[in-house]
Amino acid sequence: MSTASDAASSVEKDSSAESHSSENYLTVAKSWIFTLDHKRIGLMYLASILFFFFVGGMLAMGIRYELLTPKADFLSAGTYNKVFTLHGAIMIFLFLIPSVPAAMGNFILPLMLGAKDVAFPRLNLLSFHIYVWGACFFIYSLLVGGLDTGWTFYTPYSTSSNGAVISATFGAFILGFSSILTGLNFIVTIHKMRAPGMTWFKMPLFSWALYATSLIQLLATPVLAITLLLLIFERAFGIGIFDPKLGGDPVLYQHFFWFYSHPAVYIMVLPGFGVISELVSIHSRKNIFGYVYIAFSSVAIAVIGFLVWGHHMFVSGQSPFASLVFSAITFAVAVPTAIKIFSWVATLYKGSVAFTTPMVYAICFMFVFAIGGLTGLFLSTLATDIHLHDTYFVVAHFHYVMVGGTLFSFLGGLHHWWSKMFGRKYNETLGRIGAVMIFVGFNVTFFVQFILGSLGMPRRYHTYHTILKQDLPLWTQLHQISSYGSFFVGASLFLILGYLVYSLVAGEKTNDPNPWGGKSLEWETATPPDEHNFHEQPVAIHGPYDFDEIDYASEKGHVAK
Amino acid sequence: MSVKLLSTLLATSFGLPEQASTVAPSVDRVYLIILGLSTFFFVAIIATLIYFLIKYRRKDPNQRTSPIHENLVLEITWIIIPSVLLVWIFLEGFWAWVPMNYAPADAIEVRVTAQQWKWLFDYPKANVKNAPELVVPVGKPVKLIMSSVDVIHSFFVPAFRLKRDVLPNRYTTLWFQATKKGVYNMLCTEYCGKDHSTMVTRVRVVDQADFDKWVKKKQDEGANGKLLYANLGCNTCHSIDGSKKAGGGPSFKNLFGKMEKVKEGGVVKTIKVDENYIRTSIVNPNQHIVVGYPPLMPTFKGRITTSEINALTDYIKELSGAKKKKK
Repeated sequence: MSTASDAASSVEKDSSAESHSSENYLTVAKSWIFTLDHKRIGLMYLASILFFFFVGGMLAMGIRYELLTPKADFLSAGTYNKVFTLHGAIMIFLFLIPSVPAAMGNFILPLMLGAKDVAFPRLNLLSFHIYVWGACFFIYSLLVGGLDTGWTFYTPYSTSSNGAVISATFGAFILGFSSILTGLNFIVTIHKMRAPGMTWFKMPLFSWALYATSLIQLLATPVLAITLLLLIFERAFGIGIFDPKLGGDPVLYQHFFWFYSHPAVYIMVLPGFGVISELVSIHSRKNIFGYVYIAFSSVAIAVIGFLVWGHHMFVSGQSPFASLVFSAITFAVAVPTAIKIFSWVATLYKGSVAFTTPMVYAICFMFVFAIGGLTGLFLSTLATDIHLHDTYFVVAHFHYVMVGGTLFSFLGGLHHWWSKMFGRKYNETLGRIGAVMIFVGFNVTFFVQFILGSLGMPRRYHTYHTILKQDLPLWTQLHQISSYGSFFVGASLFLILGYLVYSLVAGEKTNDPNPWGGKSLEWETATPPDEHNFHEQPVAIHGPYDFDEIDYASEKGHVAK
Repeated sequence: MSVKLLSTLLATSFGLPEQASTVAPSVDRVYLIILGLSTFFFVAIIATLIYFLIKYRRKDPNQRTSPIHENLVLEITWIIIPSVLLVWIFLEGFWAWVPMNYAPADAIEVRVTAQQWKWLFDYPKANVKNAPELVVPVGKPVKLIMSSVDVIHSFFVPAFRLKRDVLPNRYTTLWFQATKKGVYNMLCTEYCGKDHSTMVTRVRVVDQADFDKWVKKKQDEGANGKLLYANLGCNTCHSIDGSKKAGGGPSFKNLFGKMEKVKEGGVVKTIKVDENYIRTSIVNPNQHIVVGYPPLMPTFKGRITTSEINALTDYIKELSGAKKKKK
């Protein structure tokens, strides 16, 4: 990048950062599995979650292939149920939840804060090892016959199903601890490890987003842990908690489950918001619009997110009054979310937008997330949710939020920090093509699912030939469009995987510390960073988005002379 | 995408199925209000985004940007306007939802029983039991009192815009008044195991005369074992040709008079299949479990009448022709 040297010429630039030795964190001869280096732990997370993303993605292809025709022709009913359960469980517990915070957060957060490492490096390693153990339980469940309860493990089906429920829920239970420890670690790191001069409002917004996420991880995950433990106890020892046959209440399970799992949605998406704030600002070289509002909207979403779980249960038989209250509070989440989108768009105003791969992802994100957010209104409204609940409309909505919100920001962030992580460049042209392809494929796949859902197609259906004959041609056609779209998404992901792997093996090497002209501290250290991040303690003199500015109104043109 | 698909879609009014209940028009109204507002905001956001992207694209590598960091008026505007609109949407949704919760006192009562993977409908007043489809007269309020015998299911009729979970430990209720004669999809929308996706049946909305005729016919059918075998869902687990169904119970073929090895209270014994054996198996299935089969049979206690048990027993006897003669 030719613009880099100019943009990186900030006053406090650490001259030693231009690595005079060829040693960096990737090349030092030290252990990987027992490393305490947050960067290596981040990369190990990255490799693991990408592996599980691949597994989950292949399962999705299986689902879509089956739905090409109304009848069962590829998978049996039992297998299909296991496939969609594992798709959901793997994507949520092993990919989405740890994706941005554990992989990218681990790598970037200490660098952004100008710290040597996270506050508790050993705890950090432990949380990765716990993640691996939890994942092993999932793989074990897969091998011993799979799981067919849906990722939600609803009782009493999960207490009576023959699947490997105990090992899978125990896996999720263990993974919860990984999440709790990472959250705890990040909170302490953000409180105590910031570089001199970095006040709370000089922190990059990615750190704010991770802070809000960590609060949820710390406070909500224990509830899931207890719920899953109760479920395991019920199944293993016949203690009646949720199963009516033993005197339990299945709706109680839903309350417990969603008390965690709704905030978990924000665990998945808030870090993505943080990434987008970075991308939009840096790649348009423009100070973020409304920093304080974006920062506090993350915290507001995290707090309000705890009070809306009942909107998953409008048709469950909970009291109408409860539904009324939960619907009202749910609308309150829309406000901080809207603030974020408006602020990102406003950031571009009088900016200098470069269409780099990360920026293309950020643009795709705004498009997709706007749809994801707005369709949430249909589901938080009482009257319309009754019709749309548990249909493909919900499937489409949460894929727009989760894939749009998390996957696009994850991929955008990955390209943004790629050279910092590995010291190699990826192919920009292929990067942009990949981003556009996945965007097109994604919309083809999921937009038609809104229509399918409105028509009444329930989710988690293996076949749909049982519906009225006159509806069948339309439903089949819509399913086919969705399936072809998903195959295209699959192909674009292979393209992205291809050029990224090529970049790792044979990509052009770079030690440019600041290819995009960023102003936050991670751009001031060497590329790739040294083992201890910084040679000298960096000092945050300016804010994270203090780009070179010029007042349009007073001076003609905005090209630096 | 073919032109035909587009025209079919437009005919469904923005992807909504036809309206066949009194609440459907008000639900659709709310749906269209949200759709209109969402489309407006989406287009506004994306148009602004694209305009900025083009206008402020980087033209010079050294280009500097304007010192615009925040604007209080703008922030307040985009907090207040969406908030007001959100309150409006909430209220619209609330008013359209309230009537769904209060059934008229004169509604026809139908008891809905959900079981893996079958719906059964009882009409207590008309003394019709175990109908496999929901048949209702047009223009009359109908109240459903629903329960499940195993896991959670969910009752969904897209044309009525109504849905309610069906629970194993308590009754849930739902009411509707059909406005249009016809046959509509009725689907289970809470994942309930292996054959969840075939737990689909129909709602038939007919006029009063046809409804009365149907009731009469059903009352006569009550004594037909072969029909009960299908309607009660015996057929999902028990074959009539001697084969063993996956995850199911013993076949009904040549069952009557057979010496069956069963486990009763932990003790294995051999019992002859007679009328009382069949009765116990239906109303108290866990009392003796045939060796080699899982204890999966739900109880039909309270859901089946004596005359229906008699009819089923006769049917099983019929399927065990040879042995019956010997006896």
